[in-house]
Amino acid sequence: MSIDLPGFADPVLGSQACFRAVLDAMARPGTFRAAGAGLSPPAPLVPAAAAVLLTLVDAETPFYLAPGFAPAQDWIGFHCGALPVEFPGVAAFVLADTLPDLAALAAGSDESPDASATVILQVAALGSGRRLRLSGPGLRVPVSVDVTGLPDNFPVLWAANHALYPRGIDILLCSGTTLAALPRSVRVEG
Amino acid sequence: MNTGYNFAYLDEQTKRMVRRAILKAVAIPGHQVPFGSREMPLPYGWGTGGIQLTASIIGPDDVLKVIDQGADDTTNAVSIRRFFARTAGVAPTTRTGDASIIQTRHRIPEKPLREDQIIVYQVPQPEPLSRLEPSRAETRRMHALSEYGLMHVKLYEDITRFGHVAISYDYPVMVNHRYLMAPSPIPAFDNPKLHMMPALQLFGAGREKRIYAVPPWTDVRSLDFDDHPFRAARAPHSCGLCGATDGYLDEVVVDDRGGRLFVCSDTDHCETRRAAGHTGADALAAE
Repeated sequence: MSIDLPGFADPVLGSQACFRAVLDAMARPGTFRAAGAGLSPPAPLVPAAAAVLLTLVDAETPFYLAPGFAPAQDWIGFHCGALPVEFPGVAAFVLADTLPDLAALAAGSDESPDASATVILQVAALGSGRRLRLSGPGLRVPVSVDVTGLPDNFPVLWAANHALYPRGIDILLCSGTTLAALPRSVRVEG
Repeated sequence: MNTGYNFAYLDEQTKRMVRRAILKAVAIPGHQVPFGSREMPLPYGWGTGGIQLTASIIGPDDVLKVIDQGADDTTNAVSIRRFFARTAGVAPTTRTGDASIIQTRHRIPEKPLREDQIIVYQVPQPEPLSRLEPSRAETRRMHALSEYGLMHVKLYEDITRFGHVAISYDYPVMVNHRYLMAPSPIPAFDNPKLHMMPALQLFGAGREKRIYAVPPWTDVRSLDFDDHPFRAARAPHSCGLCGATDGYLDEVVVDDRGGRLFVCSDTDHCETRRAAGHTGADALAAE
């Protein structure tokens, strides 16, 4: 049973530190922040994604687990007090290891663009792989970020998401104990 | 540190809710995100929105500065600083350069902020259109459509009536070319500092239950017209204590015979300058 594995050693300070990492990553798209060091979540969850779940997901947030994460469902349920929903379209958080169809997720409405999904996406590597160029709020000058594990046509898929702005999906990329964010406000070129 | 409370006073469920709202606010610069504002141990209007933001982001390693109209030693600033010293055990400071989190009521420090700092604004009225359109359902619709003609008409009417835009504080800004935003009642003098600020800016309105944000390096323009460009007004004086000619000044009545003293509103800016040997014309008289 995966619920034998512990969450944060100190839930209060652990989630505070992780939140600051996520906040910083979201405020500066494409920069890498450390999260989840010391966590030993059940496979296939990586520490960074597990830390994000422990920090942000609870009984108030519908969340969707991609099928591959079924072995971690008990652990998430026990530590976050949350049960997964059946359909990703109603989820506030979507945990996945391959990019889900962004058009099928909640993008919010024109009046409430904040009522939208955040995708916690586990990728093979951050810091190597396909190079993306980012620009937009949070970045003084455009930056490059290397990601392994995004589809080849990601800039095209993201452009469709960015075109919905201010509606849209936000993505947290997680690999090992590293995370980076792609808020909907950022432009991505391949 | 008082151990009778959870770290930083708020319970963890509340912090998660506030944190989720903050992340969406950062992802949509200038958009007001509703949140479940909690009752705090001080009344609405005393910075409950800012306090809930600070409580949700602060950690034991943070250094907190709290200012009220630029001053570190006013009632609101002192009580909020003491609140976080008691409930979170954080180190307080009055030096802008030493702080990692700056909670502010109605000013932006004169010293430029850095990338590793977060500034938290206390906001009484988050809706920039509130005085022009009483219905929140209507203003939400106007934000959805980015329809801000009403505010342009207000500026135009000011110009025809007074010859200039008669807004001296809470001067509306456009964020990231999309949302009209109330910068909280900071003087219009501070508006240019919002533009391309290296620090993350968070805004919290406790009574109105809204959180919004401006990420670092984000375009923030004060609303104006090509033939009537925005101008930051400032009292035509120098600080009586430190002689500064660049900072925002408070006017202080010093006697019952019409005596006036102009001093820096930012007390840390003024003290830093005086420590460096700068003196103003009234420094001796004020001793």
